[in-house]
Amino acid sequence: MKKILEVNDLHVTFSTYGGEIKAVRGVDFDLHEGETLAIVGESGCGKSVTANSIMRLIPSPAGKIANGEIIFKGNDLAKESDKNMRKIRGVDISMIFQDPMTALNPTLTIGNQLTEGLRQHKKVSRKEAEQKALEMLDLVGIPNPKERLKQYPHQFSGGMRQRIVIAIALICEPDLLIADEPTTALDVTIQAQILELFETIQEETNVAIILITHDLGVVAKAADRIAVMYAGKIVESGTKYEVFYQPKHPYTQGLLNSIPRLDQKGERLEPIDGTPPDLFSPPVGCPFTARCPHAMFVCEKVYPLRHEPSETHYADCWLYDERVHTPNLTNKKEETT
Amino acid sequence: MIRYILKRFFMMILTIWIIATLTFVLMNAIPGSPFNEERTSNEAVQENLERHFNLDEPPIVQYFIYLKSIATLDFGPSIKKPNDTVNDLLARGFPISAELGIIAILVALVSGIILGVLAALRHNGIIDYLAMMIAVLGISIPNFVLATLLIQQLAVNAGFFPVATWQSPMHMILPTLALATGPMAIIARLTRSSMLEVLTQDYIKMARAKGLAPYKVVIKHALKNALMPVVTIMGTLLAGILTGTFVIEKIFAIPGMGKYFVESINQRDYPVIMGTTVFYSAFLVFALFLVDIAYGLLDPRIKLHKEEGN
Repeated sequence: MKKILEVNDLHVTFSTYGGEIKAVRGVDFDLHEGETLAIVGESGCGKSVTANSIMRLIPSPAGKIANGEIIFKGNDLAKESDKNMRKIRGVDISMIFQDPMTALNPTLTIGNQLTEGLRQHKKVSRKEAEQKALEMLDLVGIPNPKERLKQYPHQFSGGMRQRIVIAIALICEPDLLIADEPTTALDVTIQAQILELFETIQEETNVAIILITHDLGVVAKAADRIAVMYAGKIVESGTKYEVFYQPKHPYTQGLLNSIPRLDQKGERLEPIDGTPPDLFSPPVGCPFTARCPHAMFVCEKVYPLRHEPSETHYADCWLYDERVHTPNLTNKKEETT
Repeated sequence: MIRYILKRFFMMILTIWIIATLTFVLMNAIPGSPFNEERTSNEAVQENLERHFNLDEPPIVQYFIYLKSIATLDFGPSIKKPNDTVNDLLARGFPISAELGIIAILVALVSGIILGVLAALRHNGIIDYLAMMIAVLGISIPNFVLATLLIQQLAVNAGFFPVATWQSPMHMILPTLALATGPMAIIARLTRSSMLEVLTQDYIKMARAKGLAPYKVVIKHALKNALMPVVTIMGTLLAGILTGTFVIEKIFAIPGMGKYFVESINQRDYPVIMGTTVFYSAFLVFALFLVDIAYGLLDPRIKLHKEEGN
């Protein structure tokens, strides 16, 4: 499988009246053709910002990519001009947004919104574009596509609109699809249908998908690999099975403990206490220290070295370092508390 | 659609009837008559005149004569200008007033929208502050002050433009400017605030994610949605421009309908008052009807009629 995206040491900052928010602080990941990477994490951990920086859609001038590269098919998107970015957006990389109720323009017909990207990027006639739009609507499972093309967004249900948003994203046959919480605004049955749709589309077009979500159920169904984000960093990454069955980072363990399970009846859910750190001045050490049940003295002081239990799996945590068992470094915090 | 138009047409007739009746009542409530100032002390002449214009009849009979004249669109002769009928005056004045009004509303719309969009796109930039400064000035300076100021500075002192009347395109610039500035300022402010709101919407981000050219995102996706509030106040603005023409026509000595309207009231020229009022209100009511139609064209969610099956 060919590698199509490589993100190295990405930093994104937003300047506000209160100071500079370091929303993304050194994120690395890569993505291969036909693969689905899920980026998971709670609100404000920087997952959407990461996605938007790949599209270069972070609101400027407040937000900017401070450092790092986004290598997409050999080009560094972080340094690409706006004009070239417009040729990449919608054609090579597409995006699906969270709320299908607001992602479609209420005053334009579905057909218009479907075909405008195609007509902008590829020199096709109105007829060809319409033909392609019909195919796409058919692919995403909208009945009577011919009549539907002339209708407006308010004439569709939420699930239907999300299908249309997906059709719009796919009409130029992109290599990479970024789905920012694509099922969050939908009810559970529609969620399942949309996730299944992703699967069929991936089988047919071999598109790579970055799935951004906070819903581990969605991850379990749709992802191949998982990256867990916390306070602007990826704290653990691995294949779906590695992360679900052998979570290494205490934060990942906490996330998994906080969702209900079918096989453990009657047990209370365990929430993660506390709140994420302030990203105006993020901690120097592990950002999860304050909420971590296993926190040690060293966690506060130094950012953890990477622990790699397998070639595809890593976690940034001191717990797995051999040195932590030296008496001088450990348990200081536990003694004091 | 046809049912909607018929319904609206009926409502328009009703509105005009109410306005006409109110005008008649007010006209009769004011003391005095058209012949008060005449120097003729001859009672017989006065009586003859009153009989000629049906002013000797009881008010209720006058009212029906008046309604009949509206229905037949024949308002009879003017009392003060014996050589003209009211219809003559309207036919002479209306084209000029319409020209002034239409040019002014077009100038206000185009420049207001452009100013508002630029301000929104350069939010908190120099263009934004400049545009909003112009807008605040435009809203706060009354058109008659602006008109005299323009005449004083640009026509009398600088001599760039003719001082008054309505003949060549050069004559039209100052009156249009004076009339259009207020509505333009309102439109600019409204366009700016609604553009700013629309630009944060998801569908704008989506349009940008499609890789569309910036002008397409702004014009096709943002502006169409942002214009809804502008269309909403178009009705009020039209009424404002209409009344504005009275003042502007008076100041610039433009021989439009507004001039006859003001004169007729001062002189108690009953047929002319009735004719112009009914004409103005019919015009305004029809313009409001067009505004409502424009709504439906801009936003498909607004339906003017019930669809079958829904």
